[in-house]
Amino acid sequence: MVVVVVLAAVYGTMAGLGGWLPKLGLDLRGGTTITLTAANSTGSGQVDKTSLEQARTIIQQRVDSLGVGESQVTTSGNDQITVSVPNVSQDRLRDMVGQTALLNFRVVYYGQTVAAPSASPSAGSTPQAAGTPEPTPQGNNLPTAPAATTPATPTLSPSPYPSVAGSGTAQDKALGWQPTEQDFANFQAYSCGQPVNDVADQPLMTCDREGTTKYLLGPTVVSGNQVTTASAGIPQNQLQWVVNLEFDSTGAKLFSDATSRLSQGVPSQQFAIVLDGLVVSAPQVNEPIPNGRAQIDGGSSGFTQEAAQNLASVLKYGALPLSLTIDSVDTVSPVLGGEQLRGALIAGALGLVLVAAFAIAVYRSLSWVVTATIVLAMALTYGLMVLLGQGLGVALNLPGVAGAIVGIGVTADSFIIFFERIKDEVRAGRTLRSSVETGWVKARGTVLISDGVQLLSALVLFVLSIGAVRGFAFILGLTTIIDIVITFLFTKPMMTLLMRSRYYGEGRPGSGLEPALIGVDTLPIRRRRTRTVTDTAEEA
Amino acid sequence: MAAPFRALVRLSHGENVFDLLSKRRRWYVLSAVVLVICLVGIGVRGLNLSIEFRGGSDFRVPHAVTATTVTDAGQVVTGTGLPEMSDVIVTTIGANTVQVQTRSLTSPEVTQVRGALAQWAGVPSDQVSYSLIGASWGQQITQKGTIALVVFLVLVGLVIAIYFRDWRMAVAAIVSVLHDLVVTVGVYAWVGFSVTPATLTALLTILGYSLYDTMVVFDRVRENVHELPSRRETYGTAANRSLNEVLLRSINTTIIGVLPVLALLIAGVFVLGTGPIKDLSLAMFVGMISGAYSSIFIATSLLVDMKERTAEMRDWRRKLARHEERERQRDAAEELAATSPVPVVVGVDVTEGAAQADPEPPAPVAPGERHQPQHRTRTERRRGH
Repeated sequence: MVVVVVLAAVYGTMAGLGGWLPKLGLDLRGGTTITLTAANSTGSGQVDKTSLEQARTIIQQRVDSLGVGESQVTTSGNDQITVSVPNVSQDRLRDMVGQTALLNFRVVYYGQTVAAPSASPSAGSTPQAAGTPEPTPQGNNLPTAPAATTPATPTLSPSPYPSVAGSGTAQDKALGWQPTEQDFANFQAYSCGQPVNDVADQPLMTCDREGTTKYLLGPTVVSGNQVTTASAGIPQNQLQWVVNLEFDSTGAKLFSDATSRLSQGVPSQQFAIVLDGLVVSAPQVNEPIPNGRAQIDGGSSGFTQEAAQNLASVLKYGALPLSLTIDSVDTVSPVLGGEQLRGALIAGALGLVLVAAFAIAVYRSLSWVVTATIVLAMALTYGLMVLLGQGLGVALNLPGVAGAIVGIGVTADSFIIFFERIKDEVRAGRTLRSSVETGWVKARGTVLISDGVQLLSALVLFVLSIGAVRGFAFILGLTTIIDIVITFLFTKPMMTLLMRSRYYGEGRPGSGLEPALIGVDTLPIRRRRTRTVTDTAEEA
Repeated sequence: MAAPFRALVRLSHGENVFDLLSKRRRWYVLSAVVLVICLVGIGVRGLNLSIEFRGGSDFRVPHAVTATTVTDAGQVVTGTGLPEMSDVIVTTIGANTVQVQTRSLTSPEVTQVRGALAQWAGVPSDQVSYSLIGASWGQQITQKGTIALVVFLVLVGLVIAIYFRDWRMAVAAIVSVLHDLVVTVGVYAWVGFSVTPATLTALLTILGYSLYDTMVVFDRVRENVHELPSRRETYGTAANRSLNEVLLRSINTTIIGVLPVLALLIAGVFVLGTGPIKDLSLAMFVGMISGAYSSIFIATSLLVDMKERTAEMRDWRRKLARHEERERQRDAAEELAATSPVPVVVGVDVTEGAAQADPEPPAPVAPGERHQPQHRTRTERRRGH
């Protein structure tokens, strides 16, 4: 029958694709799910859909760079991004995804080496600024000389400056900002690891990511989202890795202003690339960069490939159009997930046995039709989950398994509705055979409207819900559709077929259709004579 | 054989066994009592909101569970010397996992607690899995759940009203669904299971399930109400007949639907301990039973109450009453004719009497009752030959 064909097709495709197991959700096989909520970087108003999608893409690229397969980054609702990665170090993923604050370029006022919190500060405790890369205008044929890597830490003693910020545009103010004595006192008191408050138009006290240098930084000069591209590579005729950086037109102008001042050593010769409130890199500026194209090299010590790529990635993807906060980090160990899955499957099997037992009690030998519809529905659900897992990446999670088990009830119900209708029709005086047909016409409507409502609820759940609930809604919807398919293509034709047999068609004892069970004296049967003859023959 | 079972057998034979709707007030009172108990439970005991709703950190440590495990793990966590760690909740999951819940921790704090727990359990620290939930997360889930609920109810109300062309059915169905929601949440409050996102999922599913059941009942009511004029029934009687006709289906479906959920619940509670399966299945279990009950007793009762109040149905009842009065008068006349020494000619009787050659008077048939053939087993029938 058609269902068998469909089933064969589904399993045939599975065999063709060579996968027999559905894609399991992280709650079943272990993994980490991080949910982030986005807010406008201004902190108010609606989150822009395109920005959210952009942020999703950026995070996806970051996560992909971890090199683990099957990671999934999805947006949900208006402002949420869900990151799911199987079996990866949770901390690593969190750091990766957590680099979500806005990327800013700020002017360095003061950098100070602090006691390294742990041993082995590389390159003789040189602050990162010391190994500073030197941006040079691109296209300039001058080789990027491993030049003057004077520690940026200014020797001049910090003298009090008027607290009045410069006048003019925001850019002028940012460049002209001078720390007050209070600022210096605060700076001296500041130690790495203290929380920082990265506000664009305010100065910032912070450290580099290693916690080896602390910086006093001016307000943001160029915002990270003005970076158009960044890439790491080895320029021709050179051996060292560099990071190429390009700004958009506004960014280029701002960067040009900033670099022209910085190249004169005002207030220092460094700018800082600040991500997530921490200084990623503080390159030294040797000359103004007017065209918005900069090259950062690794200074005397040079970049390793990894360091260059990391910096490029930060520059390129760090410029998230939104600020994101981590809402939940959820890790399930593979052991725990497996336990829950096994529990659910055992429950499913037990449920099936109980249902079959109940069906036998009520429907006698006709119960095999109920059981068969359920087994068929389960097989179809399983097969489709495998295919959808491979094709669309739909993963089966724990609520999904629960949804499938609930689906047992839905599938059985269609048969029950149909069967009770057949009984009604028989009582109205029809033969079993015609009862199946007329009963079907009436049962069909009921099955469709009730499945329709169920489908609607699955749909609403799927569209409006978050995370794991979607898996549940998906399976619920899937089993409902499968129920309709099986009822129309299996249950009904099977019943028609069965009615042609004598055993069922005449309601023999044990068939589940015997008159005593339906509540009629005798079944109106067209071939009544045949039956009487058989009866007498048996009696004889 | 017990009386209820015999009633079920008769029901399965298509008899109109139960008078479910004349006792509407009783069902309302019953439901009201249950709802009050549930609301008191929610109000007094409150809902045991899971960490997803409260915000916090949750660690799962692989460790064999013994009598002192819970105390030990608690001491390990407080022993880290982190501030505000007094209200650490330690529970066990199954036989080999210890769950530790604390307030929201910062990243370094997580590392510290994780390390301490790993050392205690003697495993590498990456085997201690943890979850962090921000405080606003629960609000978001709740908010989204509420939106889903409202959208769903509105859509479903529209679908029902359009499909049955009767807004009263939509109202009755939605009231009964809300009834099921309150009952389920109330049971949660009393049992004290924690309310997790999985519970929320289950609650939303109950909506679909309860409505599914109500749809089946209403579909039959609609069909039977078409026959009102030919059967000379009131709306209430037709609805009651519909209920009797679908009652067996409801019972069978509910049993079949609940059995797997019960298996899930048992597995969740006794085998797995804490986990989404337990939360999901309890809500489903309660909601399915409540859904079956409310479809029959609440949704249909409300529908009948609303319908019987319409002008159309009032007219119809008056018409039926007049008809009944006439019947009664005719019966009285018949009786008079039978007892009176002087034969009184009654039209109906004369024609019937004339048509029947049988000298025996026909057995009186109660009006409105269906004739049920007597049920005999096959052997009995054979003996009768």
